[in-house]
Amino acid sequence: MSDMNQQMTARYKNNFLKEIEEQAEMGDWVKMCMQCGVCSGSCPTNFHSAWDHPPQELFMMIRAGKRDEVLESGSMWNCVSCYNCYVRCPRKVPITHIMHGLAEYAYRLGKAPKQQPTQFLSKTFWDNATKTGRVNEVKLTQTLYFKNGLMDGIKQAMAMQSVALGLVKAKRLNPMEAVGGGHKCKDIKGIHAMLAKARELEAQRKGRAA
Amino acid sequence: MSRGNLREGVIWIRPDTDAARETTQEMAEDYVRMACAEVKAMTVPAGNTNTGTSKTLLVVGGGMSGMTAALEASKTGYKVVLIEKTGALGGMAAKLWKRIPNREPFKAPMDNGVAELVAQIDADANIKVYLNASVVKTAGAPGRFQVDIAVESGPTVTEDIGAIIQASGFTPYDMAKLPHLGGGQANVVDQLGLETLAKAANGGPIKRADGKEVNSVVFVQCAGQRDATKEHLEYCSGHCCGTSVKQAMYFKDANPDVETVVLFTDLRMPGNNEDFYRAAQNKGIVFRKGVVSNVTGGGECKVKFKDLILNEDFTADADLVVLATGMVPTTGPDLDQLGEANRAAEGGNEEAKAQVVQMMSKSVLNLDYRQGPDVPQFKHGFNDSHFICFPYETRRTAIYAAGPVRRPMDIAQATEDATGAAMKAIQAMENAGLGKAAHPRAGDLSFPTARLEGCTQCKRCTVECPFGAIDEDERRFPLFNESRCRRCGTCMGACPVRVISFENYSVNTVGAQIKAVDIPDEFSEKPRVLILACENDAYPALDMAGMNRNEYDPYVRVIPVRCLGSVNTIWITDALNSGYDGVMLMGCKHGEQYQCHFVKGSELGRYRMSKIYDTLKGMNLEEDRLMDLEVAITDIDTLPKKINDYAKRIVEMGMSPFKGL
Ligand code: SF4
Ligand code: SF4
Ligand code: SF4
Ligand code: SF4
Repeated sequence: MSDMNQQMTARYKNNFLKEIEEQAEMGDWVKMCMQCGVCSGSCPTNFHSAWDHPPQELFMMIRAGKRDEVLESGSMWNCVSCYNCYVRCPRKVPITHIMHGLAEYAYRLGKAPKQQPTQFLSKTFWDNATKTGRVNEVKLTQTLYFKNGLMDGIKQAMAMQSVALGLVKAKRLNPMEAVGGGHKCKDIKGIHAMLAKARELEAQRKGRAA
Repeated sequence: MSRGNLREGVIWIRPDTDAARETTQEMAEDYVRMACAEVKAMTVPAGNTNTGTSKTLLVVGGGMSGMTAALEASKTGYKVVLIEKTGALGGMAAKLWKRIPNREPFKAPMDNGVAELVAQIDADANIKVYLNASVVKTAGAPGRFQVDIAVESGPTVTEDIGAIIQASGFTPYDMAKLPHLGGGQANVVDQLGLETLAKAANGGPIKRADGKEVNSVVFVQCAGQRDATKEHLEYCSGHCCGTSVKQAMYFKDANPDVETVVLFTDLRMPGNNEDFYRAAQNKGIVFRKGVVSNVTGGGECKVKFKDLILNEDFTADADLVVLATGMVPTTGPDLDQLGEANRAAEGGNEEAKAQVVQMMSKSVLNLDYRQGPDVPQFKHGFNDSHFICFPYETRRTAIYAAGPVRRPMDIAQATEDATGAAMKAIQAMENAGLGKAAHPRAGDLSFPTARLEGCTQCKRCTVECPFGAIDEDERRFPLFNESRCRRCGTCMGACPVRVISFENYSVNTVGAQIKAVDIPDEFSEKPRVLILACENDAYPALDMAGMNRNEYDPYVRVIPVRCLGSVNTIWITDALNSGYDGVMLMGCKHGEQYQCHFVKGSELGRYRMSKIYDTLKGMNLEEDRLMDLEVAITDIDTLPKKINDYAKRIVEMGMSPFKGL
C-alpha cells in the first residue's frame, strides 16, 4: 500500500464520499447526482469497451463506500472526453472532469489498474511533455509503439509508415528529434518550478503531504 | 326557451353542394319543428321557494386546510363557524417542527406558519371558533342547514349554516401494521414521531427517546405505501418524499456530521421540491435507490435493503430509523359498508349493531340524510368528487372537501385546495339562497317534482339520485330536497312510471321533439337516427365539430339531454316504434375513471339501457338499432366519424320495419 493510500485511509476511515469530495478533482459534485442514468445512456464508449461501471454507477458506488472497487476500476480510464454526458446531465454534474479526477486520484494512490493502455498513454505523454515543456512526437510514438517489445513495435511502425512520411513531408514530424534532447521551450527551469509550485498548492488545498 | 341548432348542427356540418341541399334542408326543418315542439311542452320554471338564506359557512376541522378556508371566506365577507375536535387550532401542521418551504429559494425548512394563521383567526370577528367540538347532527339542506355542535363539557349549540367545508384531514397509517419495517420497535419512528423529537430538540441535536444523540439516521420511503400486494396503502401520499428531505435537513442543519441516508425507490419531488431536493444533496444527505426488506429497531437499528443501482444487498446501521408512512383520510364511515351493517342490525344481528355504533362514532358530519351520515367515498377512503372538473365537489350539494380528506397532499396543496373549496362553497350558498342549482347547472331554476298520485313507491329515484337529494316522507313517498338537487334528471330517467319531471325538462319535452321529426317512408332511402347527447361533453363536442366544419351524416337528429342518467327508456322504445332506424346514446365515461359531471349519472343510465335489449328482441329488432357511445369533450374529430360509421351500419341493416305503422 502506498504511503498516500495509507494516509488517506486513515484520514477518512469509512467515509469514502467525503474522501472523493476533498481529494478528487470536482469530486464534490458526486453527491449532486440524482441517479437518472442519462450519462450512462449517453456514453459512446460504454457499449464498445464493456465498462465495468458507467458514471452513474460509479457515483452510487462512491456513496455506498465501495472504495477499492471504485479506485481499482478501469472504467474511468475508458472515458474519451467526448463530453456527451456532461452536456446532458440534468444536474449539470461535470461528469467528464470527475472521471478524470477519479482516474488521477486512483493513480496517485497507486490503486489504478496496471498496464491499462489509456493510463500508459497519459503517463507517457505527461512525462514527455513536462521534460522539456514541449511534446517530442518521435519519442512519444516510439515509447507507445514499443511498449510491448521490439517485434510488436516494428509491426506497428510499419503499418503507420505512410502516415509518418506524410507528416515528415508536411514538416509536422522531424525525424531528427529521435536523437538528442529534441526541441524545448526557452525556460525549462521555469516550467519545472511552475509545476512544482502547482503541486505544492494542490497538496496544501487538499491537506496532503507535498 | 328552446334552441334549434341550425348553424353548428346543420349548416356547418353539411357540404354546400346541390346534391346535399335537399337533405340539409330536411334537417333544418326538423330542428325548427323540434324546437317548436319542445317549447310547447315546457313551462318557465318558477324557481324553488323552499330556500334558506343562511350565508354562514361551516368549516369542520381546524388544521391548515380548515383555517385557510375560514380565513379566505371571511376575507370575502362571509361569516364562518370553525369547529375543531381538539383543544387547539393547527391540526397536523401544528405538530410539525418546520414545514417544506413554499417560497424562494426553496432551500431550507420554514416555520410551520400555524401561529400566524391562528392569530389571524383570533383577530377575525367573522370567524366563530368552537374547540373540543364535533358535529352531532346536520339537518336541512344547502342554505338552511341546522347543525348541532357538541362542545366538550358544555351545552350543544345549533348553528344556521349555508354551506359546509369538510377539512377533517388525515391520520398517519398505523406503523404497528408494519412489523417487518420495525414498526413498534424502539428507535423506529414514523415521520410524525420524528417531528416530535425535532420539536423537543428545538434546533439543537436531535435525541432519541432514550436520550442518545442521533449520529446516524435512515429514512425508509413508501413504508406501507404504493403496496402492490394491497395489504397496506396502495397509493402514494405525495408529501412524504419532501417531508423526509426536510427531516433529514433537521439533522444536517443541527450537525453536518450526522449521517443521513434516504432510501427510496422513486423520489417524487413535485414542483419546486426539486430545488429542495438539490439543496438536500448539497448538504450531504445521501440518497440511495433501494428496496428495504427488513428493519430491526433497538439500540443499534439495522436496515436491510437491496440497492437497485448496484443490484446488491446492504445492511445500514443507524441510531434511528424513520418510516415514511402514508396518509389515511378522515372521511367518516364508508356508506356502503354502513348500509350493509345497518340492514344486518335491523335483522337483529347483535354484532352488526355494535359495528354500526362503532362506525357511526367515526362520522364527521352526521348528516340527517336518508343516504347516510357522511359524504360518499370513491377510492381508498377518499371522498368522491369530479376529479377533473369539480375537484372540491362531494356528492352532497353545498358540502365541499378540502385538503387530505380529498386526496393525499402537502401543506402547499392543501392551502390552495382550501381556497378553492371556500370559493365553491360561497357560490353554492348564494345559489341556494336564490333557489338556483349549483354547478354544473349553476343558476338553473328548475327542479324535479313527482306526481305522487302515480308513484308506486318503488324507491328507485331515492336510491339512484347521485347526490342524496331525495328523502322519504312519513307516507314513504319520495320527498325532494330542491336545494340538495343538482338537476341532473337521473331520478326522472329512473322512474318506471314516469311521474318525475322538471318544468322545462321532462319525458314530454324530449318526447315531443322525437315526434316532431318527419320520418320518410321505407322506400325513401332516408333513414333517421336519433342521438341523445349529454349536454356536458357530447353536445359541446358536436358543436365544436361543427365549428371545425367536420361533416357528418344528414340523417341524424340530435337532442341534448342533461345527463345520460336522465334518459328514460320510453324515449328509445317510442323512437324505434315510430320508425327511427337507430338510436345513439352519447354520454361521459363511467366507472373508475369516470368523467360524468353528475358522477354516477352515466353509469346508472347505461345500466338502465342494458336492460332494453330484451325489449328490442321483443320488437324483433337488431341489437345494433341501439348504440351506446362514451364521449369526451375532446372527441371533436372522432365523433363525426363514429356517427358516419353508425349511419353506415344502419344502411347495412336496412330500414326499420316500423315505419308508417
Ligand atoms: S446524468 Fe447526472 S444526475 Fe444523471 S446519473 Fe449521470 S451524473 Fe447523475
Ligand atoms: S465524457 Fe467520458 S464518461 Fe462522458 S460520455 Fe464521454 S466518454 Fe463517456
Ligand atoms: S411521496 Fe414518496 S414516499 Fe410518499 S408514497 Fe410517494 S413516493 Fe413514496
Ligand atoms: S337525481 Fe338529479 S335531478 Fe333527481 S333529485 Fe337527484 S340530483 Fe336532483
